[in-house]
Parts: sequence; C-alpha cells; structure tokens
Amino acid sequence: MKFSFSKVFTYLFIFFIISVFFIGLKKSNIYDTKNLINQKINDFKLPALNQDSVITDFNLTKNNYTLINFWASWCLPCRDEHIYLMTLKKEYDLKILGINFKDEKKNAVKFLKKLGNPYYLTLVDDTGKSSVNFGIYGIPESILIDKELKIIKKFIGPINQTNILEIANIIK
Amino acid sequence: MLSNIGTTLVVFTLFISFFIINASFVDLKNTNKLVSKKLYKFSLLQSTFIIVAFFTLITSFVVSDFSVINVFQNSHSTKPLFYKIVGTWGNHEGSLLLWINILVIFSYLFLLYNKNSKKNYRLYTLVIQNLLIIVFLVFLLINSNPFSPIYPVPVEGLGLNPILQDPALAVHPPLLYIGFVGSSIYFSAATASLLTSYKGKFFAASIKSWVLISWCFQTLGIIVGSIWAYYELGWGGFWFWDPVENASLLPWFVITALMHSIILLEKRDTAYHWTIILCLLAFTLSVTGTFLVRSGILNSVHTFANDPSRGLYMLFFLSVMILSSVSIFFKKLTKESYNFSTYSKETLILVNNWFMAFFLFTVLIGTIYPIFSEVLTETKVSVGPPYYNIVIIPLLIPFLLLMAIGPNMSWVKNNYINYKKNILIFILAVFINVAIYIYFGSYSILSSLIIISSLCLILSSLIDAIKTKDKFNIVNFSRITSHLGFGLMIFFIGINHNFSIEKDFNLKVGEERNFKDFKINFSSLDIKENKNYKAIVGKFLITEKKSNNKNILEPEIRIYNKPETLTYEASIRTKFSSDTYLTMSNISRSDYYNIKFQKKPFMLWIWISAILISMGGFIRLIKIKKINEI
Amino acid sequence: MKKTILSIFCFFIFVDILFANEQQIKEIEIYKNLRCLVCQGQSIADSNSDFAQTIKLVVKDQISNGKKKKEIYDFLVEKYGEWIVYEPRINKNNFFLWFLPYLVLVLGGFIIAIIIKKKGT
Repeated sequence: MKFSFSKVFTYLFIFFIISVFFIGLKKSNIYDTKNLINQKINDFKLPALNQDSVITDFNLTKNNYTLINFWASWCLPCRDEHIYLMTLKKEYDLKILGINFKDEKKNAVKFLKKLGNPYYLTLVDDTGKSSVNFGIYGIPESILIDKELKIIKKFIGPINQTNILEIANIIK
Repeated sequence: MLSNIGTTLVVFTLFISFFIINASFVDLKNTNKLVSKKLYKFSLLQSTFIIVAFFTLITSFVVSDFSVINVFQNSHSTKPLFYKIVGTWGNHEGSLLLWINILVIFSYLFLLYNKNSKKNYRLYTLVIQNLLIIVFLVFLLINSNPFSPIYPVPVEGLGLNPILQDPALAVHPPLLYIGFVGSSIYFSAATASLLTSYKGKFFAASIKSWVLISWCFQTLGIIVGSIWAYYELGWGGFWFWDPVENASLLPWFVITALMHSIILLEKRDTAYHWTIILCLLAFTLSVTGTFLVRSGILNSVHTFANDPSRGLYMLFFLSVMILSSVSIFFKKLTKESYNFSTYSKETLILVNNWFMAFFLFTVLIGTIYPIFSEVLTETKVSVGPPYYNIVIIPLLIPFLLLMAIGPNMSWVKNNYINYKKNILIFILAVFINVAIYIYFGSYSILSSLIIISSLCLILSSLIDAIKTKDKFNIVNFSRITSHLGFGLMIFFIGINHNFSIEKDFNLKVGEERNFKDFKINFSSLDIKENKNYKAIVGKFLITEKKSNNKNILEPEIRIYNKPETLTYEASIRTKFSSDTYLTMSNISRSDYYNIKFQKKPFMLWIWISAILISMGGFIRLIKIKKINEI
Repeated sequence: MKKTILSIFCFFIFVDILFANEQQIKEIEIYKNLRCLVCQGQSIADSNSDFAQTIKLVVKDQISNGKKKKEIYDFLVEKYGEWIVYEPRINKNNFFLWFLPYLVLVLGGFIIAIIIKKKGT
C-alpha cells in the first residue's frame, strides 16, 4: 500500500464531501427570516387608520417593548392569531402596533369591531411597500422591538400559545 | 393482482442478477475463449422480466388500478389515455423502474455486441453492471416500490401534476435516461478494464459506440427539456441553472470530454487513465445528480415528492460506488507517458477536456455550494443564473475560438497553423458583428466578443463543410455538424439575449398599453371548460406601430380539478424571425392582471442549432452501424 | 509574425469596441435576479404572488429615486438575507464559490503545460 499524498488527499476530500451531504440531508429546507434580528427599525412614516395623523418610528421609542403586527381583514390565519393578540394586550399589557397590510379601510374597521382591537395604534400600509422596510414577506408576521427600536424576535406566521410565553419571558 | 405480478417480476430480476454474477465468476475460470451461452440466456431473461415489469406498471396506469400505490398517487381515471401511459415515468418510483430497465437492457446489449473483446473484460463488465442493477433493485424494493399494494383500495387517484401533462413528458425522461443511465455501462467497462488490464485502442473501440449513444441521447434529452420549459412554464426562458437542470448537464460535460479523449486513446494510445477517470465520473455524476434532486437536499423548481430516507440510501450507495471505483483505480494505476507537441490535435483535444473540466466544476460548485454554506456557516445563499453567467460566459470566447482552429490541426505536429485562413475568418467575423451593430443596434463588449467568436466557429465549420465536397468523410462531417451547431447556438442565444424585448405591466380588461414601437390591447376575457380543467382565456391584440402588423395572443389561466392546481399557459406565436410571447396571471383582490410580454428573436433557430449538435452525434453512429454490418 | 497577428487582433477589437454600448438599468433585470421567498424556485419576475408584486413596486420606486443596482440589492439583502438574491455576494463566506472554478482553470492549464513540456523525441 503506497502512502501517497494525492491518494490520502483524494480520500479525505471524498469523505469531507459525503459528510457534508449527510449533514445537509438533516437540515430543514424552508427558508425563513427568523435569524435576521438585532437590526434597528428604519425611519418609517405611516398614516393611522382612524385618525388623520401620521406616525413615525419616534413614537415607538416611548414604549419599553412594542410588538408590531402585520395583518389584513382578508387573511384567514390573522383571524386565528387574534385571540392571542388580545391576550397579550390584556394580560401582559404589551403595546401592540397593528399595521393593516394591503387592505380596505372599511373592511379593516369591520374586522376590528367584530373580533376586538388589540392594537394601541393601527397604521395603514395600503401598497405594502412599507412592509419591505421591516423585512416582511407574508402575513401574519410580527416583530418584537425594544425601546431602542432593535428587533428582538420575529414571528413568521400566526402567533400561538408558545409565542406568548416566549414574549412574556422577554418583556419581564 | 397487478401489484403482485409487478413486484414478483422485479424480485425475479433481482435473483437472476445474482445468478449472472455467480455464473460469470464460474465462466471466468473456464479456459474456453468464448463466453458461456448460459450468460446470454440469463441476460436476455433478465431483460425480459424487467421489461414486462415495466409494461405491467404501464398497464396498471392504463386500467387505473388504484390498488397499486404508484397509480393512486399519480393518476386519475379522467386523465387522458396518453397521459395515463406516459405518466408512468412522471414520478420517482416509475422513473426509477425505467432507470433499472435501461441498466438491464444495456447490460445485455453490451454483452451481445462486444464479441470481439477479451473474455474476462466482458465478464467483469457484466459483473459490475449487475452489481449496480442489484443495488438499484434493492433500493426500489425497499424504499421506492411502485407496485406496493394499498388496502383498502381507493376509489379514485390523486391525479398527475398538470405541468407534467404535456407531450414532452413522453420523450424527455426516456431520452435523458438513455443518456445518463447509459453511462453506467462504460462505468462498469472502465472498472473491468482496470481489473483485467484491457487497455488502449481495444478498450476505446469497445466503448466508443456506447459513449456516442449516451451522448446523443443526453444532448437531445437536455434540449427537449429546455424546449418544454420554454413552452410550458410561462416565463419565456429555457435555462434557469436550476439544480435539476444542472444535474443533467454535469454528466453531459463529462461525456463530451470523454467522446473527445476516446479519440486520443483510440488513435494515439494515450490518455488511458484520464479516459478511465472520465468513464467513472460520468455515471458517478449521474447518480450524484439523482441524489441531489430526489433527496430534497436542494431547493428546486422541479419537484419530485421529497423523502429524506431516500436520500440516505442514495448517499450510501453513491459513497460505496465512489470509494470502490477510486480504490480500484489507485490500485491499478500505472505510469503512463505523454508525448504531445504544442501545436497538435492531441493537445487541442486535451484543451477541450480542460475547458469541459472547468465548466463542469463551475456548475458542480454552483449547485452544491448552498449545501456547504448551510452546513458549515449556517447561512443560506442562492446561487442562480448570474453566477453561472459571470463565470462561464467569458470563458466561452477562447473556447469557441479554439474550436474554430482545433479540428484542422494535424496529429503529432503542425509546422504551421493556417494563420492566413484563421485571420481572414476573424476579420470577417468582426465585420459581420459591426454590420449587426449598424443594422440592428449595438450591445456590450462581452456580447460582441461572444458573437465574434461564435461567428469564427461558424465560418470555420462552413469552410470545412464546403471542403468535404471533394472527399466526403462521414467522421469529419459529423464533427463539422456538431461544432457548427454549437457555434450557431451560441450566436443565436447571443443575438436573442441582446435584442429581446420584455415588458411587465398590469392591465384590466378593455385597457390598452402603449409602448414605443407597439401597443397591447386587452380586448376580452372568456371562460372555457375542458375535460379536466377550466380555463380563463385572455384575448390580447398586439399592434406593431411601424408595420401595422396585428397579432392576437390568447394566454390562459387554467384551474385543474384533480389535483387542484393553477397553471399559467403562455400564448406563443413562433415565426422564423422571432417568437412573440405573452403570459397573463391574476393579482389577488384586484381586477388587474399581471401581463408579461416578450418579443424574442430567433428562438426557433436556437432550437434548430441545438438539435444540429446532437445530429452530428447521430450521424457518427450511422458510420459505426455500417461498419458493424460489414 | 506573432506580433503582427496580435496587433491585427487588437486593432479589430478596438474598432468593434468603438461601436459598443452598455445598457441602462432595466427593472426586469433586477426582478430576474431576486428570488420570490414564498414561491417554489421562482424569481420575482416570474411570480405573481403578493410578495412579488410588493417587491416590484419597491424596486421601481428605488430606481426612480436614482438608486443603483448594487444599492437595491444591498437593501433587500439587509432586510431578507442573502437568500433573496440569485447572484451570490462577494464576501468572506462565498470566497470559495467564486475562487474555486478559476483555481481549477489555472491548475488544468498548469497540468497541460507540464504534459506538453515533457516532449518526447
């Protein structure tokens, strides 16, 4: 058995590639942006749903924590998560900012009237363009930020019971 | 019933494979120079069993026997008959059965048509090929058996993905499989060649036709896939550098390189070890490609239903295949001398292999890099068309130029390269390029260089073609055809890319949109009912302002019921000068439709040139067939 | 002789370059280079999903605000991660991706040069 550098190198190389494939098989394949945290929210300016005012990111620095929730009246999973949002407001006193995404005002108002309003403020993003500044790619999606407007956690899809406990732990 | 028959036939095939291996070892000890007749009979029987198994599966589809799991998962009683038949291989399990069929059939045919080769070489090839067959049969039986029974028998099936309900499904997989599964036979032959020291021009001659056959079918299979994507997928492109597409391209680079290096081995008895490496690499890459695509390790547009257990098994036998062939190679490696002078055909064939290796590595690295990135650095990166374009396209320029001068070099040594001829061709190419600028419009420097070099190849091939009139030589003619086809294809792709017009906009029924040279009117929206789908058909009137030419295009949005899917059918008007391409898709919660309009010059010529490339290979096969018949 | 050829080569390329022109930003080019995150392997150009529509609007706005291609890609990568662009970024992570093919090219050339040098009698 000749001990040759190129032979050893070849075998090691093959072993390396096969191992990476093996580990790669186990990894999940669906991409999400959950790991894109610790950035700050950019300057944003959005009109409010019920008033003729415009809110900017500055207003959010008054809160210790804000949960920014993207929703729409035509979105079915948004209905499912609504109860959990109400729970967060009532039992944990969390300031939730609602951003109505690509919706019609009257439908949005009807939705909140029927299911309850967990938001201390509701803003409107009718073209959806502002959502891109937050890194949103589907609804419902929520972002938890702190006083410095730094993103602490992202929730892709509807909020559930486990998420409530996670949030509770953070805002203690 | 059918499911039992099918599984039994597959099991019989498996048993015979063991018999064959055993009988081969017995025959090896036999000093008789001829291969035992028993082996021919067993191989024929093996082929019969597996072919009948395949027809059994097709029959199950045709009669809609939903007790067979594969039929349940992929068919439906209202599916048109053509798609019931052809849908047999439109899924993982059925296509795996087709794969095994080709392994078995090629095993028998190679045995049959290689009577002039050394006995032990043929027997070892048979043994190794049957080992591959056994591995795949076991995989099928344990993990992916199309014949598995379901109980209770479902009343109706799940249906076939509507995107697959296209005539191209009849040809694309079979063509591709003859291509890259066909490479299995010279994988086995190469290993046998190492084990029995059956080298040089005899070895080259024994595998030459097989390399050619797999190359022709692989080339054609890839082209049909692109044509299908263009007409069916609705984005107007024909190549996306998607992992599945790359999986078919990787073996192609190797087989093309192999086709060229075999010439070296046959004519000059050199580059033996490199040829062996290529033989081993071709099938290895085919299996790797299958692994990457069917295990779910990569994201792709082309989905097979993904299953990680499949992936583990495939990775396991891929590893065994690679490690065993590499160890046999190292064990039998001997010193080889090379004797090439700088300006000779040998060197240029090596250069071809060099470029093929580069293209191969680029596509391979691009395809598997996301896996490495995710495993080693936890970052998910996309490697898409821009990467491949940036890395590969500039290197096409020297590649095309070398193709233009290479074939005219003589063997061993060239005392003078035909400088005059090549310079004249180059100048003419530049002039033509400037003429295109003046008449049609200009484009980037990189594009000009590509166009110029492809023109050099085209002109050089045409000159060679004219020369053959005096002394017709089918070998040269086939080479000229393929090289000319390649030059033309790059030329037309270059022109098409630079002069295509694309518009993306939203429109409501009754509205019209004006552009500089044309206007598009969305005249009406109708609903059509078909056998297994409902279609929303949009009627669009496209008027060219200068010539006042009017075209009507009718793209559709199809709603299939089983399975419930939405597809977008492009409306394409094909002319020799250009294709006009229109797709319409709905926008949620809006009356507007998103319209994509494209005018793509010379699309038809791209297909014609590409097919010409494969035709060169088929022409070469005719010569081989004629020799065999003498 | 070789020098003459080289100079003729250069002259003609020069003439050709005189007439060439590089193209301006077309929004469709950018759409094609962006991945639709909610689709199965489609680009923003090919997809009609909500997400694709939104991104198209944002990209159009940024182009009219005079942003260059690289700035738009940087912005989207910051918000959505590297996965959204089809052209892998040139950074520490992707070094091997961009470097290895050229390494193979150079190595191959090297090997051929060695083979040719070993000219027999």
